Amino acid sequence: MFPFCFEWAWDIGHAIFFGGFWYAISILGAGMTYCVLKAAYDTVNDKGGSHH
Amino acid sequence: MIENKKAHKFGMVIDLDKCTGCGACMVSCMAENNVPFKEDESNKKDSITWMRVYRLTNGKSFPETQIAYIPRPCQHCGGIGDHGHSPCVSVCPATATDYGYDTGIVSQIYTRCFGCRYCMGACPYHARYFNWWDPKWPEGMENYLSPNVSPRMRGVVEKCSFCYHRYQLAREQAIVEDREIEEMEYQTACTTACPAGAIVFGDLNNPAHKVHQIVKPDPHPDPLNHKVVGKSRNPKVFRLLERLGTNTKVYYMSDREWVRKAGDNYLKGEWENVKTHHGASSSHG
Amino acid sequence: MDDALIPEGAKRCGFPTFMIGIVIVGAVLLWGVYAMFLCWFKGLNQTNMNDYYGFALWIWADLAVIAVGGGAFFTGLLKYIFKVDELKNIINFAVIIGFICYSSALLILAIDIGQPLRGWFIFWHANVHSMLTEVAFCLSCYFAVLTIEFIPNILENRQANKVPFFHHLAHNMHGVMAVFAATGAFLSFFHQGSLGGVAGVMFGRPFAYREGLLIWPWTFFLFTWSAAAFGPCFTLLVTKITEIITGKKLVGDKTVHLLAKISGWMITTYIIAKIIDTIYWAWVTVPSMGFKLSHFYSNNGFYGYWILITEVILCGVVPGLLLINKSTRENPATRTIAIILGVIGVCLNRWVMVLQIMAVPVMSFDTWALYIPSWQEVATTILPVAYGIILIAVAYRYLPVFPQELELNKSADAAAQN
Repeated sequence: MFPFCFEWAWDIGHAIFFGGFWYAISILGAGMTYCVLKAAYDTVNDKGGSHH
Repeated sequence: MIENKKAHKFGMVIDLDKCTGCGACMVSCMAENNVPFKEDESNKKDSITWMRVYRLTNGKSFPETQIAYIPRPCQHCGGIGDHGHSPCVSVCPATATDYGYDTGIVSQIYTRCFGCRYCMGACPYHARYFNWWDPKWPEGMENYLSPNVSPRMRGVVEKCSFCYHRYQLAREQAIVEDREIEEMEYQTACTTACPAGAIVFGDLNNPAHKVHQIVKPDPHPDPLNHKVVGKSRNPKVFRLLERLGTNTKVYYMSDREWVRKAGDNYLKGEWENVKTHHGASSSHG
Repeated sequence: MDDALIPEGAKRCGFPTFMIGIVIVGAVLLWGVYAMFLCWFKGLNQTNMNDYYGFALWIWADLAVIAVGGGAFFTGLLKYIFKVDELKNIINFAVIIGFICYSSALLILAIDIGQPLRGWFIFWHANVHSMLTEVAFCLSCYFAVLTIEFIPNILENRQANKVPFFHHLAHNMHGVMAVFAATGAFLSFFHQGSLGGVAGVMFGRPFAYREGLLIWPWTFFLFTWSAAAFGPCFTLLVTKITEIITGKKLVGDKTVHLLAKISGWMITTYIIAKIIDTIYWAWVTVPSMGFKLSHFYSNNGFYGYWILITEVILCGVVPGLLLINKSTRENPATRTIAIILGVIGVCLNRWVMVLQIMAVPVMSFDTWALYIPSWQEVATTILPVAYGIILIAVAYRYLPVFPQELELNKSADAAAQN
């Protein structure tokens, strides 16, 4: 899973597999981080109110 | 150390005409490798037998009935093209079973296996066994367990290792003495236990070894089936399910045609065409 | 008693009635949980699996729920990426069903492995060449996607939505849902396919083995395709059952007809591919390994050609045709028959690709292995069903799952009030 696990190999198979995996994880993480931060910002500024 | 030397390819040939089905190989294997057993061993589908002897008949009625016994350890497949992608090794999700390119032996790492059993599904020889129960031995018998082989815990898969610990011991000795291992220094428990001397074990890559001399493995891909490498050039020798391209390292030998035919599956008429075919170089080998 | 939690304007049964239902299903759930703990504490000897039959009933259930749960990713793909807006009326429910299916699948895997505490090895010591590794990674990631897709619906609960932060969070998550849906579709494509690959790569098992494209056997593509095809059938089936139990129309006909039509075309194209695959396998692949097709369907007490015909014709071709034909699609009776057949068909396909593989002898002197599951296996297989019913019941009661509910039941409610 990580380059320091001894099964790891710097080959095309690992690059594609873990490239795809970390890419998907990054998108999910970034998306959720954006949503949470924006929600916090909106809450503080009460943008759009809480009753629309 | 290892990488400077030519890779071994350990394998065996079992003479089915000598095998009497006595089961000594199975017993010695269990004792050597600390294989646990159940109180009731009558259900063979969930008891662990790294080496299992199958009984075959030619299907004919008396007086033509003939019996053959096929001892079946792990076949230590090299996979399609003999590149080391065994059916089980290629599917194990946690790298808990591995192919030794220096020995040709398929290993099983018990502490890494988490028991998904995908390898068992992939193995057509049923050579892999799951520990459905905690390993238990009768009172006092634990004292007789081999210190060289780790017992396995419940919930993991195990199988024949070609007595790898014996290889390790022989290799250590050879390294200390700065020499190669001798043929007789590394022999599996089943080989040494067989009273009929039906099992011959050694390095298939080493022309000096008896197993090589009997099998005469063809190093080229079989022209009739490119998945197959290492086909025997001995007309009496065959492998189990060779056509699938598993490229096993356990060869079988018999004078009897029906026994050789039972080693694989053939469509109607196919056997007649292939029974005289013995590898790429057979015509001049 | 729980009126404050029920979506505004929606009619629900009384709390005691609801709880009686939950308790009855909960008893079944507890039975399954008991069996699950037996397997965890006493080991897999609690099952009737053996060394011939290393995959058993619940692994079939695992593959089946993932297949029918495919409705979530495919509906999401259509709604958020291909902008088929009509599907907004069923997307929440599709996500909930997907969430149930995938959480069940993960639970089943946790029960199935011999050393559950080492489950993380599949990630840590990953063998990237194993189809199962790909399944584990994509399955877990996609479950995260489904959770993300489910969260906004939970936050829309009447009380939760009063909290400004939750209100904004749900709103913002809706805003970027297309990104999550696209990631979900990407992950689903791979794990659905890899589940097919699990069988297809087993070159030691002629019944399972398929040739393919690069590293992917044909079963890889067939599994993805069939999940996308039959998944919506399951979504429609569960919707129908929910409508019967609640006595309400929950999704408009237009949406149902559209999803049924898409499903119909997907099934039809899938089944054509499946038939081609089967013919190629039967006439080329299998004979090259020394087997006749009849080897896989004879000399045993259960598996005959009937299973192939039922899967491909009765539960493949027939539902496909019923759903692409407008009149049978829009007739509730024939549509329901079609979606039931479809769901059976895909489950049967998963059965064949898991259990029949184990049953077929490969060595010429080997025998068929038939297998009857133990009660612990049955209980743990029913466990996800009970869990699913409870989760749907709770979600339906407290969350605005069906946007059309109020509109579709206006006249009925008005009549009831008069």
